[in-house]
Amino acid sequence: MSTAVDTNRFVRSEPIAALPPPNLARGPVAWVRENLFSSPLNTLLTLFVAYLLYVLIPPIVDFLFINAVWTGTDRDACRAETAGHRVGACWAFVIDKINYFTYGSYTIAERWRVNIFFAMLALGVTWLLWLKAPRRDLGAAYFFWLFPTFSYVLLTGGNLDLGGRFWLGFVAFAILLMAAFGLMAHLLKVSVKSGVAIAGGIVAVLGITLALMDFDFGLQHVPTSLWGGVLVTLLVATVGIVFSLPFGILLALGRRSRLPVVQLASVIFIEFVRGVPLITVLIMANTMLPLFLPADMTVDRLARPLIGVAFFASAYMAEVVRGGLQAMPKGQYEGAMSLGLNYPQMMVFIILPQALRIVIPGIVNTFIGLFKDTSLVSIVGIFDLIKTIEASRIDPNWAAPTISYTGYAFAAFFYFVFCFGMSRYSLGVERRLAAGQNR
Amino acid sequence: MQTTVSQTSPPEKSILYDPKVRGAFYQVLLVLIVGYLFYMAASNAVENLQRAKIASGFGFLNNTAGFDISQTLISFSAAGSTYGDAFIVGLLNTLLVSAIGIVLATFLGFTVGIARLSKNWMVAKVAMVYVELLRNIPLLLQLLFWYIAVLGPLPQPRDSIGMGAGFFLNSRGLFMPRPLYASDAWVMGAALVIGIVGTIIFRTWAKKQQESTGRQYPLGLVTIGLVLGLPILAWLALAVVGANPISFEMPQKGTFNLRGGMQILPEFVALLVGLVTYTAAFIAEVVRAGILAVSKGQTEAAGSLGLRPGQTLRLVVVPQAMRVIIPPLTSQYLNLTKNSSLAVAIGYPDLVQVFMGTVLNQTGQAIEVVVITMGVYLTISLVTSFVMNIYNRRVAIVER
Repeated sequence: MSTAVDTNRFVRSEPIAALPPPNLARGPVAWVRENLFSSPLNTLLTLFVAYLLYVLIPPIVDFLFINAVWTGTDRDACRAETAGHRVGACWAFVIDKINYFTYGSYTIAERWRVNIFFAMLALGVTWLLWLKAPRRDLGAAYFFWLFPTFSYVLLTGGNLDLGGRFWLGFVAFAILLMAAFGLMAHLLKVSVKSGVAIAGGIVAVLGITLALMDFDFGLQHVPTSLWGGVLVTLLVATVGIVFSLPFGILLALGRRSRLPVVQLASVIFIEFVRGVPLITVLIMANTMLPLFLPADMTVDRLARPLIGVAFFASAYMAEVVRGGLQAMPKGQYEGAMSLGLNYPQMMVFIILPQALRIVIPGIVNTFIGLFKDTSLVSIVGIFDLIKTIEASRIDPNWAAPTISYTGYAFAAFFYFVFCFGMSRYSLGVERRLAAGQNR
Repeated sequence: MQTTVSQTSPPEKSILYDPKVRGAFYQVLLVLIVGYLFYMAASNAVENLQRAKIASGFGFLNNTAGFDISQTLISFSAAGSTYGDAFIVGLLNTLLVSAIGIVLATFLGFTVGIARLSKNWMVAKVAMVYVELLRNIPLLLQLLFWYIAVLGPLPQPRDSIGMGAGFFLNSRGLFMPRPLYASDAWVMGAALVIGIVGTIIFRTWAKKQQESTGRQYPLGLVTIGLVLGLPILAWLALAVVGANPISFEMPQKGTFNLRGGMQILPEFVALLVGLVTYTAAFIAEVVRAGILAVSKGQTEAAGSLGLRPGQTLRLVVVPQAMRVIIPPLTSQYLNLTKNSSLAVAIGYPDLVQVFMGTVLNQTGQAIEVVVITMGVYLTISLVTSFVMNIYNRRVAIVER
């Protein structure tokens, strides 16, 4: 650029001295400098947060572990004046009451049945959530049909004692249904055999379910008023998920339907339920269900909030499923139709398997919300985990200053483990599903 | 269901195969089923109500309530007020805690959300722990905890903790001076209104100026000056003249209780703290997702235009992030409003506690009470989503 005559004058003849090496870019010191003290503001923030932690953490650790009482049989262990030292969390209280927190007042000799229910639930959940599990279609049949039926029999004792007249009626209903399906198939000029087979399938499922509920297995009857604790919490959540997934799918399909009346009905239901708080739905189920039924029919106290929760969860599930249906590329619908599949076939074999797969994280997140919301049934007088803790913390036998905090800490731990675990699972699935997109 | 399609001749078209006919059939079937269910429910309800001798209709709203409510924003007495008044009291209490909760939760949520993205490792981790902990524990449990944590250590009224300046704290709540407005206090109110209107006018003008000339004006300072400064000036002016527009009624310490002053219920504090901290955790996630949704190219482009990091955040990232943040943020606001119904668990007199609790128990008119209460929440939800849809249409990116 310069038109220098003698360039040599501007060119160095030897290299300048090397710069000193840059500040340590690796190792703990550099990490601390970069992540904690990179600027005056950052330093200030770090110090502030460190002070906050210093104020908060030691008392919590002290309360939960160091000064906690682990053994004891009554309040004396957890009162400072009788124990002779400062008392933190009274875990002895939780250990003493753990059976009540788990089973409520469920008949003691029959609690093995509840344990089997827990095991069956764990099996079903693992089967469905583990993406590589074998025969997940069987898993679905188990979770949405056999498991609820067996659980009902196990927990209540079954033996509905429906009587001969009911079964006569059922046989008549079965014959009528098969005849109706056969007639329909005949009118539509499709195979009568397969039409009757479908009706037979429906009758068989209903019949087996009812027969199992009716059969006397010799189990002692345990009224639902005795159930409580974790059993009820898990039961409410399970009923919510078992009912809300199929019903939510139906509602989502209804909302996406081209039939105006079906669409309108679905939209009204979904928006109505999503617009009101769960607690109002529960109170409504509690006070209005008995009004809507014939006078000679009573609804079990526990069944009322279960119905409320099931409807409530369905509306939220419907919106999640709708997201999945909308995310399906139009080509999938068109491809299915061009293969000559009818609407149910298209949905069952092509769309839903893909749509449900991509909304697994959404379903799990809805379920986390549902699981936390089960605690609300305690407000309408159902003995879930929260209510058993509320009842135990005023037990005079355990009257001590830290009992309430201990009970709440235990409940918080229980809910946190479940919800956090599920949210990690949902994150993992999300990452796995996204892996296909990041080729 | 295998359809046998004959290869040689097209099959006769039965009307059973007409999609329109099938559609109509399914819809009529649905209407019949739903209609039957509704009819059964209604006829059973009428029968049951008659047998239980429960009145129906909305006439009960004019009956005397006969119970007291611990926090009332309008005047309410057991003897002189009706169930209709109780409804309004409950509704106002719900709106009060929701409105304050929304403002506080927004501040806390944005702080935590931005903290989660902080380059400061410790700040980011603490924010993460906060979010995960609060999100994964039921709100009801948190409310119960705050209730005993806030109420538990407080002393009996006779041992009230005096905090000076007329502030007292005891197990019945926080007592503080109640402002009494003199007749000339309207001057200050007028000053406040003028300040707000002036701010809006100035902001519109400043925006136009910026769009045409590129000059920026100190919006924040002017806003504070107008909204806070004008009323203070008005107060000073009145004080100079010798008038005293605002005086305070101090709570008086009696033997067993405090009289006078303004009382903030511990239930209110517990509910507010619980709702705010819980909702803030969700808002933080919304904010984080929104900021992450703004592509990195935007930040880099702003940097290459010579904007400083603060300006980049304020003028480039946040306006674009808001587009992603606002819809889920609104649903969090609605969630907070709906969750305020958990007040019933700790005894704060909100709509559900007063109306669905006490009034329902006293009158037994379940259907009317449930319909009214649900109607209120439904109206709030639907109006909000309607406004949000309009807003969304305005800010949505216009595709070519």
